[in-house]
Amino acid sequence: MKDWRYWLAEQRGTLLAFGIFVVMFVIYTSNHPAGFTANVVQTASNKGVLLAFVAMAQTLVVITAGIDLSVGMIFTLTNCLASWLVVGTGIETAFGVLAVLGTGLLCGAINGAIVIYGRLQPIVATIATGAVYFGIALLLRPFPGGSVNEGLADALTGRLFGFVPASLVTLLAVVLVVWVPFSRSVLGRAAYAAGSSEMAAYMSGVPIRRGKFAAYALAGLLAAIGGLFLTFFTYTGDAAYASGNAYTLFSIAAVVLGGVSLFGGKGSAIGAIFGALAFRTIGDLLFVFDFDPLWQPLFQGVILLIAVSLGAFALFRVRNRLEWFL
Amino acid sequence: MDGAVPLFRMEGISKRYGGVRALEKAELSVTPGSIHAILGENGAGKSTLIKVMAGVVAPDEGRMMLDGSEVTFASPAAANQAGIVCIFQELSLVPELSVADNIVISDPPKRFGMIDRKAQRRIAEEALARAGASDIHPLALVKDLPLSRRQMVEIAKALARKPRILILDEATSALTAADVARVFAVLKRLRSEGLALLYISHRMNEIAELADQCTVFRNGRNVASYAAGTKSDNEVVELMIGREYSHIFPPKPARAAAAATPALEARSLSWTDRLHDVSLSVGAGEVVGLGGLDGQGQRELLLAFFGVLRGLSGQILIDGRPVAIASPAAARDDRIGMALIPEDRKTEGLMLPMTVRENLSFAALDRLSRAGIIDRAAEQRLIDDMVGLLAIKTAGLDIPVGALSGGNQQKVVIAKWLMRQPRIILLNDPTRGIDVGTKQELYQLMRKLADQGAAILFYSTDYDELIGCCDRVLVLYDGAVKRELVGAEITERALIASALNIHEEMPKQGADA
Repeated sequence: MKDWRYWLAEQRGTLLAFGIFVVMFVIYTSNHPAGFTANVVQTASNKGVLLAFVAMAQTLVVITAGIDLSVGMIFTLTNCLASWLVVGTGIETAFGVLAVLGTGLLCGAINGAIVIYGRLQPIVATIATGAVYFGIALLLRPFPGGSVNEGLADALTGRLFGFVPASLVTLLAVVLVVWVPFSRSVLGRAAYAAGSSEMAAYMSGVPIRRGKFAAYALAGLLAAIGGLFLTFFTYTGDAAYASGNAYTLFSIAAVVLGGVSLFGGKGSAIGAIFGALAFRTIGDLLFVFDFDPLWQPLFQGVILLIAVSLGAFALFRVRNRLEWFL
Repeated sequence: MDGAVPLFRMEGISKRYGGVRALEKAELSVTPGSIHAILGENGAGKSTLIKVMAGVVAPDEGRMMLDGSEVTFASPAAANQAGIVCIFQELSLVPELSVADNIVISDPPKRFGMIDRKAQRRIAEEALARAGASDIHPLALVKDLPLSRRQMVEIAKALARKPRILILDEATSALTAADVARVFAVLKRLRSEGLALLYISHRMNEIAELADQCTVFRNGRNVASYAAGTKSDNEVVELMIGREYSHIFPPKPARAAAAATPALEARSLSWTDRLHDVSLSVGAGEVVGLGGLDGQGQRELLLAFFGVLRGLSGQILIDGRPVAIASPAAARDDRIGMALIPEDRKTEGLMLPMTVRENLSFAALDRLSRAGIIDRAAEQRLIDDMVGLLAIKTAGLDIPVGALSGGNQQKVVIAKWLMRQPRIILLNDPTRGIDVGTKQELYQLMRKLADQGAAILFYSTDYDELIGCCDRVLVLYDGAVKRELVGAEITERALIASALNIHEEMPKQGADA
C-alpha cells in the first residue's frame, strides 16, 4: 500500500466529519435567505467555535480513554471570571486573559491529578470537580452580568479583511499552538498509547502519567479559551447550569461525530472540531427549513445515534466473544 | 562454560508470590556473543526470571551484576536504559499506533521538542530491515496486522533500542516458518555482533539450532548448565522432571469398558490459527486431562465447547448427537448441561463486590424462579447444600465474595455451577493460586462428580495434577492433540516429552500442521 492510503485510513474519521459538515453547511447556506455571505459565515463561525473549543478539550481526555464531564463547567466558570477580569486598559485586559486561561489550566490539572494520582474513575472525579467549578462560577456571578473589553471582544468576533471570521482564525491559531505540538510531542504520544493499551505502554517505558496529566491540563486550558470566547460573544458572564451541562454533553457528541474513539487511543481534535461545527449546523438547518425549534433535540439525537452506530460495526468481526467485553 | 567474562550475572535471586515460590536462589550468567537457552516446564520459574531481569518484578532477595557492578531495576524503562531489552510473550505493542510509532515508542527522535516523523520513519525502516521484516509498512496500524507480523514488529522494536542483552520469551511461537528462518538469521548475526541473547523456547529443534549454552530450571532453581549439543533430548527431559510430590490424590477407579457413546465428543475442531483439527471424546464418569505447555490451545478448546468462539469449524456432539452451541447460555442449558470453571475467577467467574449468596445462585436463577420471581426458600436450600458439600469457609452468605480466600472463592465458582447439576464439566486450570488443602478437596470432589456420572475435561498446567487425577490425558502442541496417554502411561516423563513434542517411545505421528 502507498503512504497516502495509510494517511487516508488514519484520517478517515476526520474526513468523514469534514464531509458531513460541508454537506450540511452547503445545504444550510444555499437555503438561507441571505445566501453564502460574510455575515452568515461569521455568525455560524462564532456559534460554532464555542463548541469547537470545548470539543477539542474533550478530545484530549477521551484520547487517554477517560472522559471529562467538567469541561462545560470550566467553560462556564471561566466565562464568569472573564466578565470580571477581562476589562480595563490593554495591560489589565491582557492580565485578565492570562488569569482566565491560567484558571482553566489549573482546573484541568486538578482533574488530572485526581484521576491519575488519586486513581479515581474519570466519570466520578469530573462530575465532582465540575460541580465545584460550577459552584465557584455561581458565587462569582449569582446573576448574569459583568462586562468585557469590548474592543477586544469585537475584534475577535468580527471579520478580518472584511470576510474572514476572526473567531475561525483564532480557532486555527489554537490548533496550531496547542493541538499540533501536543499531538506530535512525546507526551501526546504517551496519551494516545495510554488510551490504546496502558499495559503495553507501561511495558515500553512510556511516560503514561505525565502524558495523561498533560491531556487533562490542556483540556482545561482549551475549555477556558471557549469560556473566554463566550464572554466576547455575549459581553456578560452567566453561571447557567443548563448551558454548562449542555456543552459537556454536546462536546461528547461532537467528539464521537469527529471520529474520536471513546475507547481511547484514536482520533484527532481536528475531527472533533468538524464534529462540533456539524453538530451546530443541525440547529441552523432546522431554522432555514422552518422547523419548529422544538424538533432540534430530537434531530440532534438521531444524528448522534447514526454516527455512533457507524463505530459499532467492528464488533461483528470479533471471533472470540470474550473480546466483546474487553 | 568457557573463560569469557560474564556481561550479566544473577546471584541468589528468590521471588515468592504469596505462598508460592517462583524462584529459589536462582543463578544465571550471560556472556556477550552467545545465545543462551533457558529450558524448563510450566512453572519452573523461567518467566519470573526474565521478569526480574527486565525490571517488571523486583526480586525478594539476591543481586544482579552488570559489567561487574551491582544493579537494580525499578521499571522496564530502567532495564532498557541499562541495555536489557525483552521481547515478551504477551505483546507489548500499542494497537492504535502505527508500526513506526511503536518501534520508537520508548525514545522517539525529537526535533524542536516535537517528535521528528522523518527520523522516526527512517529508524523504523532500518529496524524492520534489520529484523528481516521489510515487508511491513511503517505507517500501518499495529491492530491491523496479523499476529505473526506483530511479533516481527516486536522484534524490530527491540532492535531499535540497541540492546546489549536481548531476551526472547517464546518469541517464535506465533511466527510462520519463513519468519522463523529470517529471525534465526537475525539472531545469529546479532550474536556475531557481540550481543548476549537469552532464548526461552519449548521447541527443542530451535534450541539445537541456535543455542551455545543451555540452562535448565526446575522448581525455581537452575539445576543444570551445559554447552549446547552435549546432552540428548532424553537427558534434558530427565533434568526437567523430578518435581516434589506433595499432593494426595483420591484413588482412580479401575477403568470400566468405555460407554458406547461419549457424553462429549469433538470432531476436527479448528479455529483461526489456535486450534487445528482437534478430535477427542469424554465419557460419562471419566476425568480426561488436557496437558501440554501453557498456551498450546487448551483454553481455546474449552472456550470452543462453551460456545464462546465464533467461526469454529468441525463438530461437537453431546451424547452422540451433533449440537450447535451458540453461547455460554446455550451450553449450560439442560439439553447440554455443560459448566465451565474459568481460569480467571476474578474476571470470568465471580462478581467480586456482590455477596456469596448472589454469586452462588447466578448460574441457577432460571431453575430457582417461577415467572421471574426467585423462590428464596429453594435458593436457600440449594445454597446450604452446596456450602456443606464443598465446605466453603465464609463468615456469612451476605458478605462480598471478594473477602474470601482464593481457595474459597474458587469453591464458590465451582459450587455456582454445581447448582445446575451439570453433566459435562470443563475445568480451566482451576487450582492455580490456591492452597494445598483446598486443592486436595477439589481433587476429591472431581472424582466424586465423575463417579456420579459427570464427564470431566480438566486442563491443568500442573503435571502432578494430571498424573494424579486423570484417567486419560491428551497432550496439546500448537493447537493440535499430539498424544494420548492412558492410565499407567501418564507419567511425568511422558507428559514433558510429549509437551515438548519429542517422540521418545512413540512412532512419529503424521499430524503436524
